[in-house]
Amino acid sequence: MNLPAVKVIYLNEMRRFWNTLLQSLASPVISTALYFVVFGAAIGSRIEEIGGVSYGAFIVPGLMMLSLLTQSISNASFGIFFPKFTGTIYEIMSAPISFFEIVLGYVGAAATKSFIIGSIILLTASFFVELRIAHPWWMMLFFVLTCISFSLFGFIIGLWADNFEKLQLIPLLVITPLVFLGGSFYSIDMLPPLWQKITLFNPVVYLISGFRWSFFEVADVGVAWSLLMILVFLLTCLGLVWWMFKTGYKLKQ
Amino acid sequence: MSTILSVKNLSKTYDSGHQALTNINLDICQGEIIALLGPNGAGKTTLISTICGLVSPTSGTVTVDGHDIITHYRQTRELIGLVPQELTLGAFDKVWDTVNFSRGLFGMAPDPEYLTQLLKDLSLHDKRDSMLMTLSGGMKRRVLIAKALSHQPRVLFLDEPTAGVDVELRKDMWQIVEKLRASGVTIILTTHYIEEAEEIADRVGVIAGGELLLVEDKSALMEKLGKKQLRIDLRETITEVPASLAEFNLSLSDDGTSVTYTYDTRGERTGITTLLKAINDAGLGLADLQTSQSSLEDIFVNLVHTES
Repeated sequence: MNLPAVKVIYLNEMRRFWNTLLQSLASPVISTALYFVVFGAAIGSRIEEIGGVSYGAFIVPGLMMLSLLTQSISNASFGIFFPKFTGTIYEIMSAPISFFEIVLGYVGAAATKSFIIGSIILLTASFFVELRIAHPWWMMLFFVLTCISFSLFGFIIGLWADNFEKLQLIPLLVITPLVFLGGSFYSIDMLPPLWQKITLFNPVVYLISGFRWSFFEVADVGVAWSLLMILVFLLTCLGLVWWMFKTGYKLKQ
Repeated sequence: MSTILSVKNLSKTYDSGHQALTNINLDICQGEIIALLGPNGAGKTTLISTICGLVSPTSGTVTVDGHDIITHYRQTRELIGLVPQELTLGAFDKVWDTVNFSRGLFGMAPDPEYLTQLLKDLSLHDKRDSMLMTLSGGMKRRVLIAKALSHQPRVLFLDEPTAGVDVELRKDMWQIVEKLRASGVTIILTTHYIEEAEEIADRVGVIAGGELLLVEDKSALMEKLGKKQLRIDLRETITEVPASLAEFNLSLSDDGTSVTYTYDTRGERTGITTLLKAINDAGLGLADLQTSQSSLEDIFVNLVHTES
């Protein structure tokens, strides 16, 4: 195992985060605060409690998931796309380092960033609504697994994209709709019966539901399903990355 | 001398169908400097990229210090440093950080002392805290060399190190290469400047059209390149070279209207004056004179012709 390589890739990626600290941290804090002002205070006060949870608190897990998914994907995809774009990836490809070590460095850094951002959102939220976390370990598990698996997914997008447009395409056209329609801001019970069925094909529903259950014990689907879905997603991404490095897809000729 | 790098029957066909390398065989000894000479698109960069792991070979094997580059890529890549042709550097990193990054990437523990000395040797020390995007092209080239040497490799690839580089840096580069050779590093460089090969290499390989046409000691190749020819068109047609001109080894053209004299430009005397006098004495009239040098280009053409 080439640990020095994992370390330098990780620290190099994290340095970018610290260099743009204001932007990295201020933007999630500000946007979360705005969501709470609008949905929590202004509109939320007119919405009845969901499963005994006030609407302002109800949206916290969904809001965290929204940020975790988009931040993980954008951080990880940019992290590997940029060296490809500038050509500096030659150095990584010619170094004595395995695919797993490359992934560990890049995805580890992206997941760490998401984790920090998610924690800050949670902290910010606690200033606006009264939060209780019923199952802290489950919460941590979903939190960490989401950071890792969506950073992996972002890494795949970064490998696959050969221009800036493609880099934005999947987050914009796939992830954002799935998150918004995945119950970030509502319980799927509120939907008409047909849409409740359709929604179950949205994998993000399982993530948000499981995560919300760890806070309030209110869930749209069983927590075991949530865990299973995220593990399946994680393993699928890992397999895909492994295949990409094995075949040199978009990396090697 | 022991072989550090061995290329056997290496071929590469890109997905586009372009055959970049055809059956390359090459052994490189420890501590030697070999220049791969060839025109653009000859396959020089593909050969280097394959050895360094950037391009997968279609067939054939490469071993570095006895290890296969695919099954034992960790061992082989630790030994290799690569300076790419393009100035590919991140924009926002600092010189010191990027050199440390490279060292770590190759599995080496940090060694600030060695890296400081390296930056000093490459006249980069006062730029250690500069951002890469603020450096000039020449300085970027030096940073790429520093990155390639950051893990103390035993084999260094320099892909057209002096393309687009000013005279001063080119001389510095040659000095750096000389210093590395003294420390036992094996160096493989590509170039299309014959002078560069002449200046620093021990052996020269000529690549054209994806084939390694020859690998020779520099002195042998330079001898070929140092030859010039003088063609003398005659006023009258002759059937054989007069006996009085026998010592000049002239070759007579098929139609008998011209003779060709081959001489060495680096010799003390070219013998042209004596030849012309002798021709005059033999009673032959001169219609025209024309000299030509066997350039690298000519050698390519000749080699490609004999191949096919």
